[in-house]
Amino acid sequence: MSKAVVSAQSLGLRFGERELWHELTFEVAAGEFLAVLGPNGAGKTSLLRILLGQLEPTSGRVSIDRSRIGYVPQQRVFDRDLPLRGRDLVRLGLDGHRWGLSRLASSDRRRIGDAIAAVGASALCDAPLGRLSGGEQQRLRVAQALVSDPNLLLADEPLLSLDLAYQKVIVQLLDARRRSAGTPVVFVTHDVNPILDVVDRVLYLGPDGWAIGPVDDVLNTETLSRLYDTEIDVLRVRGRVVVVGTPDAEHVHHAH
Amino acid sequence: MFTALLGEHFVHTALIAGAVVAVVSGAIGVFVVMRGLSFAVHAISELGFTGATGALVIGIDPVLGMLGGSLAVGAALGALSLRGREHDSAIGAVLAFGLGIGVLFLSLYQGYATAATNLLFGSIVGVDDAQLRNLAIVAVLVLVALALLYRPLTFAAVDPEVAASRGVPVRALSVVIFLLVALTTAEAIQVVGVLLVLTLVITPAAAAQRFTVRPGLTLVLSIGIALASTEGGILLSLAQPWPTSFFITAISFGFYLAARIVSAARSS
Repeated sequence: MSKAVVSAQSLGLRFGERELWHELTFEVAAGEFLAVLGPNGAGKTSLLRILLGQLEPTSGRVSIDRSRIGYVPQQRVFDRDLPLRGRDLVRLGLDGHRWGLSRLASSDRRRIGDAIAAVGASALCDAPLGRLSGGEQQRLRVAQALVSDPNLLLADEPLLSLDLAYQKVIVQLLDARRRSAGTPVVFVTHDVNPILDVVDRVLYLGPDGWAIGPVDDVLNTETLSRLYDTEIDVLRVRGRVVVVGTPDAEHVHHAH
Repeated sequence: MFTALLGEHFVHTALIAGAVVAVVSGAIGVFVVMRGLSFAVHAISELGFTGATGALVIGIDPVLGMLGGSLAVGAALGALSLRGREHDSAIGAVLAFGLGIGVLFLSLYQGYATAATNLLFGSIVGVDDAQLRNLAIVAVLVLVALALLYRPLTFAAVDPEVAASRGVPVRALSVVIFLLVALTTAEAIQVVGVLLVLTLVITPAAAAQRFTVRPGLTLVLSIGIALASTEGGILLSLAQPWPTSFFITAISFGFYLAARIVSAARSS
C-alpha cells in the first residue's frame, strides 16, 4: 500500500435532527479494496456522494482527485424506449463529458469493445439498452466505469440483481483493475461475502458509531455489538460471514 | 392552381421557413423525448401564447412576447429541475394559470381576432422575409448549441449521476436545454401554432426512436420526419385548401403510427 488516494478527515453528516456519523476519518490507499457496510439508512450512499463531490458533509473535509472517477451508481433501470444501445452507454464513460461532435477513433472503439467483452456483454451491446435485464444493464455500467481508465472506482451495490457467476466476474474485474493499475475500489454493499476474498478493509457504518479495519477486526461479535449497542453475533459458517441480531437482518437478506 | 401557387414568393418563403423550423424541432425533439419533457414543451408553448397576447395588448410584436414568455418559463423550469411526478403537477399548475392570463389578455386586446387564431393554430403562409431571417438566425443558434453540447446533453439525460461524477455540469445543462427548447418552441409556434407544437417537437423524435436505437440515426430520422411532415403539409394545403397545420399533424402522426407498427412487429 502506498499513498492515499482518498483522505477523509472528521466527516460529519446530519440530516435535520438525525446525525448519521461524526468524526469519520479514514484514508483509501492506492490499490486498496475498501468495502463500506452498514444497515439501511446508515449513510453509505451519502458517503459515496460526498466522495463524488455531490453532497457537502455537515463537517469535516475530503481530499480526493476527482479527475477520473469511475462510478457505478445504485441500480436504476433505464427507460424502455431510450434510443441508446449498451455500446453507447459504455461510450459515454469514455467521451460523454467532451464538448462538440467527433467520430470515435478506432483505438477507442477497441477499448469500448474490450470493456464490454470483459463483463461478458458482447452479445447484448447492440440491443436497445432499455430492453436489457437489470443485471445486464448493471454489467454494462461496470464496463462504463472501467472504460474511462479511472484513478478511483466507486461502486454502490454493484452486485444487485446479478447471479452468482456474474457477481464473480464483476468482483474479479474490479480486483484485477486495482492490482494492475493501482486503482482503489470503494465498494458499498450490504453483503460482504461475495467480496470476502478480495477485500482489504471494511468500513462499517453502524447506528452507534463506525469502525474501520481488516474484515476480522470489524466483523466480529464485539465490534458490531458496540456499533449497534445491542447484542450481535458474528459467525463464520463455511467461510461465510453470518451476522445475527441486527435489527433489520441486513446481512441475511436485503433488497431495494 | 397548384402549379401556379408553386411559383408564388410567399409559398417559397413558407417552404423555406417550414424547413428551417422542422430541422431545429426534429433535432431538439430527440433530447426532449430522452428527458421526458413532452409536457414541459406543451407548457412552454402555451405560455408563449400568453406572452404573445400580452405583447398584443401593449402593442408590440407578438413574436417578441412569445419569445419572452417561452424563455421565462423555460428558464424557470430548467432552474427548478424538478423530477418525476412533482414535475408534472408543478407544470400543470403553472400552465393553467398562465393560460388564464392569456385569456384575460385576449379579452383586453381590441384588435383583430385573427392574430390570436394564428398564434393558436399557426400561419406558415403568412411568414414574411424579415420573419424568415429571424427564424434562420435562431435556428442556427440552437443547432450550433446542440452540436457543441451533443455528448454532455446525452450523458446528462440518460445517466445524470454518472455524468455529474465525470464533471458534466448537469444542472447548468438542464437550464440550457430548457432555453433551447423555449427558442425552438417559439419558432415552431409560427409554423404550426401553440396548440400543435408537439407535432414537430415530440412526434418525429418519438417515431424515430421506435425505428432505431442508434443515437445518431435517431437524430437524422427525427429531422427527416419533421421535414417531410412540414414540407408535405404545406404542399398538400396548396392542393386542398384545408389548414396547413392539419396536414402537418396528419403526416407526422402517420410516421408515428408506422413506427409503432414496425417496433411492435419487430419485438413480437
